[in-house]
Amino acid sequence: MFKESIINGLWKQNPGTIQLLGLCPTLAITTSVINGLSLGIATMFVMIIANSSISPIRKFVPDEVRVPIFILVIAALVTVVDLSIHAFAEPLYKALGIFIPLIVTNCIVLARVESFASKNPTLPSFYDGLFMGLGLCFVLIVLGGMREFLGQGTLFTGFDLLFGQSFSSFGINFFDQYSGFLLAILPPGAFLGLAFLIALVNWLDQKD
Amino acid sequence: MNNFIRKNKIVGRTVLVMIIFGVFFSAVLEFVYDKTNPIILKSEAEAKERLLLQVVSKNFYNNELINSFIVIQPNQRLKNKKPIKSYVAKKNNEVTAVVIETRAPDGYSGEIKILVGIDIKGNILGTRVIKHQETPGLGDYIDIIKSDWIDNFTYSSLENTLMSEWAVTKDQGKFDYMSGATITARAVVKAINEALIFFKENKPKMGI
Repeated sequence: MFKESIINGLWKQNPGTIQLLGLCPTLAITTSVINGLSLGIATMFVMIIANSSISPIRKFVPDEVRVPIFILVIAALVTVVDLSIHAFAEPLYKALGIFIPLIVTNCIVLARVESFASKNPTLPSFYDGLFMGLGLCFVLIVLGGMREFLGQGTLFTGFDLLFGQSFSSFGINFFDQYSGFLLAILPPGAFLGLAFLIALVNWLDQKD
Repeated sequence: MNNFIRKNKIVGRTVLVMIIFGVFFSAVLEFVYDKTNPIILKSEAEAKERLLLQVVSKNFYNNELINSFIVIQPNQRLKNKKPIKSYVAKKNNEVTAVVIETRAPDGYSGEIKILVGIDIKGNILGTRVIKHQETPGLGDYIDIIKSDWIDNFTYSSLENTLMSEWAVTKDQGKFDYMSGATITARAVVKAINEALIFFKENKPKMGI
């Protein structure tokens, strides 16, 4: 069960490249590695607690109204996460802004709750949330890396927002004079980048 | 008749479950809000003070800047649609500087909010863009996180800079801009100029 969750979450059923669920934040926020990573972690966190809190109560939820109740639970959890980040990690809250509340509308969260947690025991649901979230997080980081490198010629800039001042020199600047490739930063760059990523994954899958 | 009762039973159960979930999660949210709200308010006040410190240095005042303000009604020059606060820095009860919040409504994508610190002679002590949605990697150089362009305005005043010089170099003005994002720079220059004019016209209101 554990192994299956890992393989499904990270590769075979990866939310970002295979299921293509929750594309709105995936495309919108991945302008840099740090943005992708931060939103990835926040979404993963919500998926873990959503899956593992809905699984134990799945038998009490009437089938007819399961979706409104799932959404209610997810919205409450996201609000809790939103308030906690605002209170305890102010710089991160500034960086992510509107995208934390928007995790509610990320259909990957509801999709995993509906298709997995509502049918499986708590521990497998926890694993599913963890690895699906991790898989999405990876895609966000890779896409963010591609766009940051092409768009600004840098990688890993702005890590101090998340990890504190000691990381402020963590960013790598690849070119001295780089005027930037605007397309990569703008929304079309997100679509193109994701398309290349999906093509790469499909190509790797076809080889074996 | 039996059928009717059976149907209503389902409705009743559904409603009951939804009410229970609703009440439970409202309670959870209320609890979390109660715990986090004081911390959020405190960190917001601190962030505000940090922001004010960037445009008026600490040796200009010894009053509690955050609580020393006048309220400015919607104004043509500052382009505020709601009443806003203008902070008055005092040293030993003498006004030394003011912090004015101004808006550039004509940014490349939406409104740009700017804080301007001005001493009593009308010289700019510092300016910071506090909110903008300019294109990342192109128009966002007005943000101090991306570049120190905004510091160009420091020490400028209506006296040492002619009205015609309050423009970007492309329009024969005094202020630099980055090619490809002239609209952004134009909007910011104009808004800061308007803030200075507002200051000049409203000196008595601020106790100068």
